[in-house]
Amino acid sequence: MASHYEAPIRRPLVLGEKSYHDVSVDIAKPVEGKANKSWWIVFSISLAAFLWGIGCIIYTISTGIGVWGLNKTIGWAWDITNFVWWVGIGHAGTLISAVLLLFRQKWRMAINRSAEAMTIFAVIQAGLFPLIHMGRPWLGYWVLPIPNQFGSLWVNFNSPLLWDVFAISTYLSVSLVFWWTGLLPDFAMIRDRAVKPFQKKIYSLLAFGWSGRAKDWQRFEEVSLVLAGLATPLVLSVHTIVSFDFATSIVPGWHTTIFPPYFVAGAVFSGFAMVNTLLIIMRKVVSLEDYITIQHIELMNIVIMITGSIVGVAYITELFIAWYSGVEYEQYAFLNRATGPYWWAYLLMMTCNVFSPQFMWFKKLRTSIMFSFFISIVVNVGMWFERFVIIVTSLHRDYMPSAWTMFQPTFVDIGIFIGTIGFFFVLFLLYARTFPVVSQAEVKAILKSSGQRYKRIRESGES
Amino acid sequence: MYTISNRLKTFSIILIVLGVLGVAYGFMTSHKSLEEVKTMLVEEHAHEGNETSVSEHVEGAENTVSNHADVAHDDGHAIHVQEQLAKRPWSAMYVSALFFMTIALGVLAFYAIQIASQAGWAPVLYRVMEAISAYLLPGAIIVILLAVGSHYIGHHNEIFIWMNPEVVADDKLIQNKSGYLNITAFLIRAIIFIAGWSTYRYFARKFSIAQDNAEPGDNRNFKKSFRIAAGFLVFFMYTESIMSWDWIMSVDPHWFSTLFGWYVFSGMIVGGITVIAMVAIYLKGKGLLPMVNNSHIHDLAKYMFGFSIFWAYLWFSQFMLIWYANIPEEVVYFVSRIEDYKLLFFGMLVLNFVFPFLILMNSDNKRVPWFVMMGGVVILVGHYIDLFVMIMPATVGDRWYIGIPEIGSVLLFGGLFLLVVLTSLTKAPLAPKGNPFIKESENFHY
Repeated sequence: MASHYEAPIRRPLVLGEKSYHDVSVDIAKPVEGKANKSWWIVFSISLAAFLWGIGCIIYTISTGIGVWGLNKTIGWAWDITNFVWWVGIGHAGTLISAVLLLFRQKWRMAINRSAEAMTIFAVIQAGLFPLIHMGRPWLGYWVLPIPNQFGSLWVNFNSPLLWDVFAISTYLSVSLVFWWTGLLPDFAMIRDRAVKPFQKKIYSLLAFGWSGRAKDWQRFEEVSLVLAGLATPLVLSVHTIVSFDFATSIVPGWHTTIFPPYFVAGAVFSGFAMVNTLLIIMRKVVSLEDYITIQHIELMNIVIMITGSIVGVAYITELFIAWYSGVEYEQYAFLNRATGPYWWAYLLMMTCNVFSPQFMWFKKLRTSIMFSFFISIVVNVGMWFERFVIIVTSLHRDYMPSAWTMFQPTFVDIGIFIGTIGFFFVLFLLYARTFPVVSQAEVKAILKSSGQRYKRIRESGES
Repeated sequence: MYTISNRLKTFSIILIVLGVLGVAYGFMTSHKSLEEVKTMLVEEHAHEGNETSVSEHVEGAENTVSNHADVAHDDGHAIHVQEQLAKRPWSAMYVSALFFMTIALGVLAFYAIQIASQAGWAPVLYRVMEAISAYLLPGAIIVILLAVGSHYIGHHNEIFIWMNPEVVADDKLIQNKSGYLNITAFLIRAIIFIAGWSTYRYFARKFSIAQDNAEPGDNRNFKKSFRIAAGFLVFFMYTESIMSWDWIMSVDPHWFSTLFGWYVFSGMIVGGITVIAMVAIYLKGKGLLPMVNNSHIHDLAKYMFGFSIFWAYLWFSQFMLIWYANIPEEVVYFVSRIEDYKLLFFGMLVLNFVFPFLILMNSDNKRVPWFVMMGGVVILVGHYIDLFVMIMPATVGDRWYIGIPEIGSVLLFGGLFLLVVLTSLTKAPLAPKGNPFIKESENFHY
């Protein structure tokens, strides 16, 4: 087929001499096998962290928000920091599954499933915070415009916090549908391979009777493309709306117009770092090194490098405009970040976010698994601090010096954050054992154009 | 190999001549004496008075009392209007010069992105992109000459008010920024930007042509062009932002917005891609780009569609955040634009967003050349208006009009743009041979 000519200088995406059958076997193996001891150990630790987090949440809700470290000046700190951090992490999944699909990036095939799973689990963690940081979470349903007996008392649509409700819930629903649609052929594959009746029953239910007819595939592709086209503006708008929480305010350090694209760039940055962290472990643990190759890691590192640089441009832009604006509050907000009591957080954020991705310019470093893993952790620490710095340093010193104060988290603040990390890993570990973690249907679609074996055959002219 | 037809050459020269005449007319009519301006203002006032005679009567009593005090104020007002009128031909030229320069720069950035991302579809269009970006060097120099020239030539008609020492003397805010906003620093920065961009363009073109003549399998030039594209993109990220603060945002030296650089970028990239598509369709229509098929056009149209939405996203983000917080020192920017430029300000949203959104949504439409051409014309008009609304309120204020000076400037630089781009197209074969992705690109179908 002339239309599928591929330049010889492109490197293979599927290593080893794989056939279609090998792909099925490799991907179904973790689902069909039994969990080993280390899986149980990690799962137990995550579960313990999760249960500890639930305890802290129950304690907060039953006792009151006062058990957190917030005060009258700083009404948002770890709660919203964690919220934005988790939402940001969730963005890479949609970026990989939707934006890379629009850009016809074949390397996304091996990583999109796990990236989307990560999105969904991260958005679930994020979704907890808007609820539990409410003073009266049991009235949380009042944020919905439901006709009621208070003379149909409605919500005010002018608040970005309400837009958040719509953004996050839409984002979660669309991501879930997009993910599930992609899973249908894979569930069908597991269903068809299942030997135990119980497994067969479960995967038959999950696969919605997928039989892989030509018409089904045609519509499947169409739906994927449409959903990708919808998910791309969605992913931009969700984090934009999250950024509006700050940017619509009049707080110096918050009110700045660059926040929408800059938060999105930061989200992609931290999200890819998280995907890298997870996949570097996963490829090893479930032996998928032939599918998630060094090239995949390298390309993700390049995305991290690019988005890290965009974030760097945004930092410098903010600093410059703060000076240029001539607004002394704005100038002080940035002076305070750099030299105030939270200078260490600012320094940490700058080091992790602006300098660390620049190492990726070196091919040796970006193709090193150890180094990529290390940087991916560093980036997520940096991005947590970015949100912390934006939120806390802007609040703790603003217009009135008499309202200046400091923020100290309590063990409950920290416990809930740890709990969400635990919950995230509980979900992800369960996913890794029950779901096909690589989209076999899509990998099979690129096997003949980008598989090592077929490339070799083409080059030797045997075909 | 492409050769400019005599008809096209004559056409662009006619455009330039007509443009020069229009610009000359603009300069001849823009310098009015204070007396003329006063008479004009009185006439305007009388005209308005007829329409609103009732309210005039009610306020009449008050007016007579304050009339004497207003004489000095009227003089000041007349001088202000006189300056606005004098700035009009300069601003008209400046907007057009920026318009074509940003297109060339947008194309260069798009070209570098395609190379750095190892796009498999784009190589057949590289020569078109290289030719369009040839306008960047002359275009950027013209922008700078106009910016600085408006200060040195004539009296009180500078496009950038911070270049006027009398204004700066009474303005504490501008004084505080004068470490950045001064002509020397402005020129030094401009030279750095232009030199950097042009150096990249020069070497990218050189390697691209050298790759044509290289032995098969020798990809050294391709690798070099990949490396410099990555380097250029980093340089571009910074210089594009600073350029837009310098060359555009500082026309309103009191106003600032952190998003501004990226907003300007979104406009230039959409304009650039549109021009790539239009030139490609033109050349294909002449049978000169046989390897370009409708999938390439489809891809370009998708980028036009996507970046139109991206432009609207950034426009909305900037506008909404300032509108929402309503902080006086920022909101003046949009107040003056909405009051005096309402039709253009909101009209360009239709041209730059609604129209491309609706017509380029359909996949089949994006493969139809005349459809893409039509969408392209609308996007380019919208992009011109976008720049018009960025510059004009700061220079001519409510004295704007799209008349002979504006149209003349577009014709002048449009003709020049056409001549430079077409000449550059004749300098190298339209099909790059040696690019390792060229075969992929020729076989591209979507």
